[in-house]
Amino acid sequence: MKTRVEPAPELLSPGHTACRGCGLLVAARLALQAAGPRVIVANATGCLEITTSKFPQSSWNVPWIHSLFENTAAVASGVEAALKALGRQAEARVIAQAGDGGTADIGLQSLSGMLERGHDVLYICYDNEAYMNTGIQRSSLTPLGARTSTTPPGALSWGEVRTKKDMPAIAAAHGIPYVATASIAYPPDLVKKVKRALGIRGPKYLQVHSSCPLGWGHDSSLSIRVARLAVQTGLYPLYEVINGQLTNVKRLSYRSPVAAYLKPQRRFEHLFKPGGEALLAQVQALANANAAKYGFPPVTEGAEAEDSD
Amino acid sequence: MKLIPGLVALPGTSRANKTGSWRIERPLFLHQKCNGCRLCDWCCPEGIVSGQGKLFDCDFDYCKGCGICAEVCPVDDIVMQVEER
Amino acid sequence: MATLMDRVITSKAAVLEGSRAIAEAVRLCRPQVISAYPITPQTHVVEALAQMVADGALKAEFVNVESEHSAASVVLGASATGARVYTASSSQGIALMSEVLFNIAGLRLPVVLTCANRALSSPLNIWNDQQDSLSVRDAGWVQLYVEDNQEAVDTHLQAYAIAEDRRVLLPTMVCADGFLLTHTYEPVIVPTQEEVDAFLPPYRPQHYLTPDKPLTMGAFADPEYYMESRYLLDRALERSQAVIEDAAQRFNRAFGRHYGGLLDTLHMEGARTAVVAMGSVVATLRDVVSGLRDDGHAVGLVKVRSFRPFPKDALRSALRDVDRVLVLERALSPGGVGILAAEVRAVLQGQPRQPAVSAFVAGLGGRDIPVETLQALIARAQDEAVEQGFADLKAELVEEGDEDES
Repeated sequence: MKTRVEPAPELLSPGHTACRGCGLLVAARLALQAAGPRVIVANATGCLEITTSKFPQSSWNVPWIHSLFENTAAVASGVEAALKALGRQAEARVIAQAGDGGTADIGLQSLSGMLERGHDVLYICYDNEAYMNTGIQRSSLTPLGARTSTTPPGALSWGEVRTKKDMPAIAAAHGIPYVATASIAYPPDLVKKVKRALGIRGPKYLQVHSSCPLGWGHDSSLSIRVARLAVQTGLYPLYEVINGQLTNVKRLSYRSPVAAYLKPQRRFEHLFKPGGEALLAQVQALANANAAKYGFPPVTEGAEAEDSD
Repeated sequence: MKLIPGLVALPGTSRANKTGSWRIERPLFLHQKCNGCRLCDWCCPEGIVSGQGKLFDCDFDYCKGCGICAEVCPVDDIVMQVEER
Repeated sequence: MATLMDRVITSKAAVLEGSRAIAEAVRLCRPQVISAYPITPQTHVVEALAQMVADGALKAEFVNVESEHSAASVVLGASATGARVYTASSSQGIALMSEVLFNIAGLRLPVVLTCANRALSSPLNIWNDQQDSLSVRDAGWVQLYVEDNQEAVDTHLQAYAIAEDRRVLLPTMVCADGFLLTHTYEPVIVPTQEEVDAFLPPYRPQHYLTPDKPLTMGAFADPEYYMESRYLLDRALERSQAVIEDAAQRFNRAFGRHYGGLLDTLHMEGARTAVVAMGSVVATLRDVVSGLRDDGHAVGLVKVRSFRPFPKDALRSALRDVDRVLVLERALSPGGVGILAAEVRAVLQGQPRQPAVSAFVAGLGGRDIPVETLQALIARAQDEAVEQGFADLKAELVEEGDEDES
């Protein structure tokens, strides 16, 4: 990693109660540091909210509001409208943030409204691929094959049978100026995308892949490594869509087989049992399809080498 | 403490919650091979790794001992040790 | 600069549709952010406001949202950022935004909302009753019910003064019967901007979202703090009783119009029987009760203007000397009793003199409540045992015992 950054002022204080090794907190901290102190944040119900705002304590050193689960985009719309009405637009940039369930499921309508109306808000979806706060239930961003507490493998089941909803494409379909995906495994890339987004007027959508040691079933120390493998296998492509044009796809110098990503996670362990081969092949096919779409190289068997940024 | 209507909370007050008590393992910053890449800082969920140049350390009042810093260190200059209390 | 509207409508009576009159009142309160989603019979209010914004007669951000849930959420966010805000809804819209209504009250944000009262589905019905606002009585909002369009106009001015009062800091809902008021043309006095500015100073929020003083709003409370937070909400609603009275008195001094504060009474001196009601039916009841008085009946009328906070002491005092009470209401708690009736009975519990309370549900889903019906109900309340039921029910549609048993 070549980017050097100066220590930023502490905007998200420690003492929060996120699990040991929480990828979401890595993502939120990086995003906020990139944004800086002149922001107003609207936060959906979820792990990020519950771990950082247990009264009388708060981890936030920026103005921050939590209202409900599904209305974060609308609350942020109201914040932005008020800044405009009060002539305080220069005072702060507005950020809305939510998890994958709060974004792609229960909050989708409110998000669509915010994007369509053109509010000057950066919406960040922290995608850890299930409802972690309520105990790892399936969301529409849960990936194919994953075990969640509501898609359990069993005699008649192999876990989640649907593929992830293409939320960035849905956001982009609103004709907004900026859509991007990012990952906690690539901090400089994430920081750059937050800064770029906040430099653009209008609605922006950023989806950050954030590992969850508890929900994904991996050691707390592996949060970054596992997230990196999602990118390196082609399962979680990193890209920007600027004014509707796909651009800046993160290149892969080699591509790991999906098994390298899936194996360290207990949520996929059933895929490696007898009978799981077909589903494993389906997941590999998804990665291969991404490779074809985004120009990734073919799978290098056994490859899990360090990549460059 | 008197409650403010609407239950307004003050910024940064979670510092009162010393999560260092969660720790089972603790990172040891060896200060031998550090190349100053700051990955340990960037990837810390608590935001408590600090330092300059090639001298980094973390705030054990809050370190939960997740081990990410040691795992991401490209030069193995951080090692995890069993916490002794 | 005087706008066209200012020239047309000055502080003298103009014949206006109720919705337009309400919109004029809201404009005069200078809301900075308005957000709404269309629903009959609220639409004319927000259409008029949208036109005012489009014409430059009202300087506000008008946010057209994709649902009532978002309308309430937009004004929540805007109010938390320090703006004076407004929204309006009705029926299903109130039901859809109910989650947000509770949240707004808990956050202690002085949102003002007009509820154009309408029945709730199913069956679908666009006409008036008060099931919508009464179903969210526990959301923690001040709820004021108006009887005519002049009161609707004047109560919106008072609503902002009440909501933003530092002793209160609560959202306030002005409830006006759908169609019966919102779509009815009446002569209405629209105050001038100068008059309203003198009555209602600009909103100065105490705590709001700004990077100059970062605060956390909407923190979650565990069992150590939740009760006290709710207690403070309850206290604020109790405290708002005095503020509602103050606002009505102050309004009377400024404008010379008074509708009661928490409640209003008519012919209660020497009354043996009191009729208790809310909303536009009160206007009809004034004539009915006055007529009965002229005929020598000891009947009086109590209009409940503030349903939340419920005027416990004022109502006890108003009903102190009566033997019988007839509660008339345009809502229903299925399987229970009437909503207003239950509240009236509750405040009379333990009083030295316990009047017999009859309760009738009337006029659901836009059913007319004819003068003759009111006269008959009052006559029965005066003479017979305590009764409870539905007024003017069409028995032939609901007779029991002849269901198809196949």
